[in-house]
Amino acid sequence: MSATTVQKPTPSKPADGAAAPRPRGRRGLAATLASHGLLTVASLVALFPIAWLLYLSLGPDKDDYLHPGGIWDKMTFDNYSFVLQHTNFFDWMKSSLIVSLGTTVIGVMVAATTGYAVSRMRFPGYRKFMWVLLVTQMFPIAVLIVPMYQILSDLQLIDNYLGLILVYCSTAVPYCAWLLKGYFDTIPFEIDEAGRVDGLTPFGTFARLILPLAKPGLAVAAFYSFITAFGEVAFASTFMLSDMKYTFAVGLQSFVSEHDAQRNLMAATAVLVAIPVSAFFYLVQKNLVTGLTAGGTKG
Amino acid sequence: MTVAIDRATGKRRGEPGQRPGRLDRLKHAYQKYWYAYAMIAPVVVVLGGLVLYPLVRGLYLTLTDANSLNSARTIGVNHIDATYKFIGFDNYADILWGDTAYDRFWSHFIWTIVWTALCVALHYCIGLGLALLLNQKLRGRTFYRLILVLPWAVPTFVTVFGWRFMLADGGIINTMLDAVHLPSPLWLEDTFWQRFAAIMVNTWCGVPFMMVSLLGGLQSIDSTLYEAADMDGANAWQRFRYVTLPGLRSVSSTVVLLGIIWTFNQFAVIFLLFGNTAPDAQILVTWAYYLGFGQQPRDFAQSAAYGMLLLAILVVFTSFYRRWLNRDEQQLAI
Repeated sequence: MSATTVQKPTPSKPADGAAAPRPRGRRGLAATLASHGLLTVASLVALFPIAWLLYLSLGPDKDDYLHPGGIWDKMTFDNYSFVLQHTNFFDWMKSSLIVSLGTTVIGVMVAATTGYAVSRMRFPGYRKFMWVLLVTQMFPIAVLIVPMYQILSDLQLIDNYLGLILVYCSTAVPYCAWLLKGYFDTIPFEIDEAGRVDGLTPFGTFARLILPLAKPGLAVAAFYSFITAFGEVAFASTFMLSDMKYTFAVGLQSFVSEHDAQRNLMAATAVLVAIPVSAFFYLVQKNLVTGLTAGGTKG
Repeated sequence: MTVAIDRATGKRRGEPGQRPGRLDRLKHAYQKYWYAYAMIAPVVVVLGGLVLYPLVRGLYLTLTDANSLNSARTIGVNHIDATYKFIGFDNYADILWGDTAYDRFWSHFIWTIVWTALCVALHYCIGLGLALLLNQKLRGRTFYRLILVLPWAVPTFVTVFGWRFMLADGGIINTMLDAVHLPSPLWLEDTFWQRFAAIMVNTWCGVPFMMVSLLGGLQSIDSTLYEAADMDGANAWQRFRYVTLPGLRSVSSTVVLLGIIWTFNQFAVIFLLFGNTAPDAQILVTWAYYLGFGQQPRDFAQSAAYGMLLLAILVVFTSFYRRWLNRDEQQLAI
């Protein structure tokens, strides 16, 4: 690229070794090897805990994690069949899906018009409203968990899917609104103007022109709400009491109690949960990153 | 551009001419902005019901001596009314400068600050290093990238259990340390090593997000800037210092703020790694949870008071962070 131009005009090169400055993008063999080495080490570190979980899930005995060498000889899928047949795995899956999908649908539906409004319109109270949206997203769970517990008890919504969905919406809604605002900002305003000229109301512009264009943004918001609700630990552990209604995040903990630790079953369940979720993650991962950071870079 | 749209929004067909007068002005404002308010109404309603109301109720709880023994509850068919009473700011006073305030609040406070600072610094530095490595023309970098994102792809509640198996006494990490004759600490029992393990696990979980965001930032830096730097005879370090870092500023300020908030609020890692076994390794969030739900009787009032203090810390911090960025004429990302 810059190779040809670089050669001539750098007379004042410090004499610290290299004769001609090496063009950017082409490194020495040593640098390439070092890069590969570092990346390999990092990849191993990233991979190992998960691979280890996978490996342990194949050991039939609950204390096999202490003697991992022994697993090689007696590798079996028994844990998986046991988990699928004799535990509440499918109940947990049902709860997780109900709660996460419920949060996603409500979150995106409620937040969509707001994301549009704060992206396109300036109204009295705009800055305050944005500030509220920002602050609600960063609520530590400790702020709401106690009053929520009392309110849900009053409403008989403890140990109830709807209760948990409502709690999750308190973070999912402002978050989706922010994320969608970021996406709507990237849609040219001329489209709105064209719609307006053709006689559409702002609602019409939103519903007929912008919403179809914003599908990728909606997908990212939906996906992010889903993942957050799916992986939430604190509220689910506190508000879901009967083991039929546990989400995965709670159910997984229930394998290790004070009296017994069925680590082999736990590992198998963990793997069963992790595979579809991470596959899904990889599918949308690229959009997610753009959504998360681009949402903000516009101020 | 925005302004033009705004005006368009306000102008409805057949709008009557504006005349001064309070009622007219109100009417005018209503006509001008009702679209906007109608559109944000759903979120306002939801936040009012799900955030504001619990917040007010929580604030009231912090001014009482509510715990699980005197709160309203139903046992079988009997309903017992709440008997807690208003005690003013005693909870806050007790937390901040009560008898054992250091052990109960300040030690956790200091550890939370250390935890947040160390974790975010590690996330950022490792994430930036990996992003730089991945931003080169390198064979198989897509492959590396896919593997390095793995800790983010797998839900935290799954990976933390994987770490727990590895860190357990007799687990693989200590076995390997033994094999090379290094001391094998009690990761899940000894306070210092608990904290060490918590930071290690959280770093492992948080690096991919930083890496991917910063990689996006790196790729958006104009390559002609590097060519110009080359022309001026900049060496690798100078290119990094004067082109890469400034180019990353906007992304960095966002991800660092997000990282700080997320780490400060991080619940799953510590809760799942230690449960209730490690009182000294609890950061404020998990400690507040422990007070409210991990012990008997449950101390609702104190737990809620911790929550309010946490929120106050975060709000103050974020306002300063924004102001500090705006001083440098930088738009904060979120």
